[in-house]
Amino acid sequence: MEVITRNSSISMSLLRSKALESLSRIPLIGWLFGALIAVALEHILGISLALALGMPKIPVLFGFVIMLKKLVLIPSAMLYMLLIYILPIGAVARLSAPLANRLAAKLLRFPLWFSVAIHLGLLYAALHMWSGISDYRILMLKLTLIAIILTLSLNVINGYMGEFSCSHPGFMALGAYTASVFTVVLFVDDRLFGPALLPPILGLFIFPIALIVGGMVASLGALAVAIPSFRTRGDYLAIVSLAFMFIVKSAIENLEIVGGPRGLSSQPDWANLPTVFLWTIACIWIINNFVNSTLGKALNAVRDNEMAADAMTVNTRRTKIVAFLFAAFWAGVAGGLFAHVLRYVNPGTFGIQKLAEVLAMVYFGGLNSVYGSIVGAVGFNLMSEALRPLQIFKWILIPFLLILVMIFRPTGLIAFREFNVKNLLKPKLKPEEEV
Amino acid sequence: MPLLRIEKMTHYFGGLRAVHNYDLEIESGQVRGLIGPNGAGKTTVFDLITGIYRPTQGEIIFDGREIVGLKPHQIASMGLGRTFQNLLLWRYMTVLEHVKMACYSKISYGLIGAFFGTPRCHREEGENENKAYRLLEMMGVGDFADQVVPNLPYGAQRRVEMARALAIEPKILLLDEPTAGMNPEELIQMMEIIRRIHEELGLAIFLIEHRMRVVMELCEIIQTLVFGEVIARGTPEEIQNNPKVIDAYLGKEAVV
Repeated sequence: MEVITRNSSISMSLLRSKALESLSRIPLIGWLFGALIAVALEHILGISLALALGMPKIPVLFGFVIMLKKLVLIPSAMLYMLLIYILPIGAVARLSAPLANRLAAKLLRFPLWFSVAIHLGLLYAALHMWSGISDYRILMLKLTLIAIILTLSLNVINGYMGEFSCSHPGFMALGAYTASVFTVVLFVDDRLFGPALLPPILGLFIFPIALIVGGMVASLGALAVAIPSFRTRGDYLAIVSLAFMFIVKSAIENLEIVGGPRGLSSQPDWANLPTVFLWTIACIWIINNFVNSTLGKALNAVRDNEMAADAMTVNTRRTKIVAFLFAAFWAGVAGGLFAHVLRYVNPGTFGIQKLAEVLAMVYFGGLNSVYGSIVGAVGFNLMSEALRPLQIFKWILIPFLLILVMIFRPTGLIAFREFNVKNLLKPKLKPEEEV
Repeated sequence: MPLLRIEKMTHYFGGLRAVHNYDLEIESGQVRGLIGPNGAGKTTVFDLITGIYRPTQGEIIFDGREIVGLKPHQIASMGLGRTFQNLLLWRYMTVLEHVKMACYSKISYGLIGAFFGTPRCHREEGENENKAYRLLEMMGVGDFADQVVPNLPYGAQRRVEMARALAIEPKILLLDEPTAGMNPEELIQMMEIIRRIHEELGLAIFLIEHRMRVVMELCEIIQTLVFGEVIARGTPEEIQNNPKVIDAYLGKEAVV
C-alpha cells in the first residue's frame, strides 16, 4: 500500500515536472499568441459566458473584484478565468510551441529591432483587445503603464545609484503642469488662458514636445535638489528631496494662474493607449540601454564604493547628477502623460501618498532591475485595484504584503537581474536540440 | 624629469601630523617601496597622491603637472592607478564589469550614445570588453569574468583589483599591501604578477608592503616611514642593516 502511494506521488511529481518542462519550452511569442487568442475569445464569447455563469458583466479584472464583492460568485469567476484565459492561453501556447520556436529562431536571424517590433506589435494587439472590453480597463492599463515609467525612473536613483530620493511626485507634478499648460495654452479654448493658438491637427506632433518640455522642467527642478545634496553622501538627499516635493506642491497650490488647489482641467485627449504604450516602451528601452552601458554601470560603482569609483577615473559627481536629472526627466514625462490621461490634475495628487505608492512599487518589484520595476508597477497596481472592494482593509493588507516581501526578499522580488532582450525572445529548445 | 615628484608634503588631520616633509622621486619604470609600522601614515601618503586628501603643504608633480587640488578621478585619468589595502571592489558587479568600468575616462560615445545604444556605443563597449578580457587573462582570472566578486577566492579578488587598476592604462601603479592576507603560495604568484607587470608593461610601481621578503625582492629603493616621517631610505640591504629601521620597525631581535 505504502509502495503504491509512494509510486503515485512520484508519478504525480514526475507529471508535474513534465508539465512545467513542456511549458518552459514555449517561447515568448507562443505566449503572446495564446494571449491574443484568449482576448479574441473574450470578445466573442465573454459576455454570453459571463451571463450564463450568473455574473452581471464580463469580470473586468480577472474576476478578483467580483470574487471579493460577492462571495457566491467565486466559482463562476474562477470558471470564467479558466475557460477564457488559462485554458486557451495554455493550450494555444503549448500547441503552437514547435511552430513558435521555429518562428522565433527565424526572427533572430533578422536584426534584433525587427524581432522586438513584432513581439511588441503582438503584445500591443493583445492589450488593445483586452482593454477594448471596458473603459475601466483602458484607464487602468494606461495608469499601469505610467506607473512603470515612474517606478523604473525612481529605480535609477534608489536602486542603481543607491541614494534615497523622495521627490518623484514633485518631478511628476512639474511635468504634469508644464505639459498641461503647454497643450492647454496652445490648443484649447480655455477660460484661464484664452482661445487656442494653434489648430488641433498639429497636436499629434506637439504632444511629444509638450511631454519632453515637461520632462526638462522636471530635470531643472532636479538640478536644484542635486546641487546641494550631492556634495555629501548620506541622508541629505532624502531630506532635501522630501522638502522639494512639499515645496512644489504648495507652490502649485498657491499659483492661481494654473488653478491653485482646484487644479487644472480640459487637457486635450491625446494620451490614448498607443501613445502611452509607445512612451513606456521608449522609457524601458532608453533606461535599459543606459544602465547596461559603462556610463550607467558607473552608478553601481558609485553606490557600492565611491572611493574606488573615483580611483578608477569615474567622475562620480557628474555621474550622480546626470542620473538624477535623467530619472527626473522620466518622472516629468510620466506626469505629463498622467495629466493627459485623466485630463485633470490637482496638486493634492502629488503628495505623500503618491510618494509612498512609487516607493512601494520600487521596493516591491526589486532594486537595480528593469524586470523588477515592471513587475513591481504591474503587480502593485493590479493588487491595489483588485483589493479595492476591501476598502480600508486594503491599506492593511498591502503594507502587510510589503512587510513580508521586505522580510523574505529584502531587495525586492526580482532584484539585480539584467534585462536581456535577446534571451527573452530566443526560441526555447531542449538542450540536445540546441547543439 | 621624474614621472612623479613629491616635495615637502605635509598633512595634518586636525591637530595630528600624519605626514611630515615627505619627499619622493620616481622615474618611469622604477620600483619603489614604502615600509613602516602600523599607523605610520603609509596609506595616507597614497591617499594624498591620489587626491583623496589634499596635502596641507607641499607639492606633487605628476607627469610634468601639479596635481594638488585636482579631483581623484582627474588624477587617475592622467595615468595614476592604484589598488587598496582592504580591497575596494564593487559588491554587485561582475569581474568583467569591474575592469570595463576602469575604461570610463576613455569613453567617447557620451550620454546620447548610452541612451540610444548607438553603433558607436556598441563598438566602444566591445573594444573595452576585449581589453578587459585580455587583462583578466593576463592576471589569470579570465575564468571568473561573469561572476560577481564576492564569489571569488581572496587571491583572485586581489588580482581583479590589479586588472582593474591596469585598465586605466596607468603610467605608475600604486599598490597598497598587495599581498596582505595571502598564503605563501598566493604570495609567490602575486610577486610573479608584479614582476611581470613591471617588465612587460614597463610601469613604474610604488608599493606599500609589510612583508619584508616582498619589498626586498621587488624594490630597488625603499623608504621607511615612522610617525609620518621618513627615517631612512636606501637599497634593501641598506635598509635591512640600518639600526634606526631595525629599532623602529623590525624590532631589536631577529631580522626576517
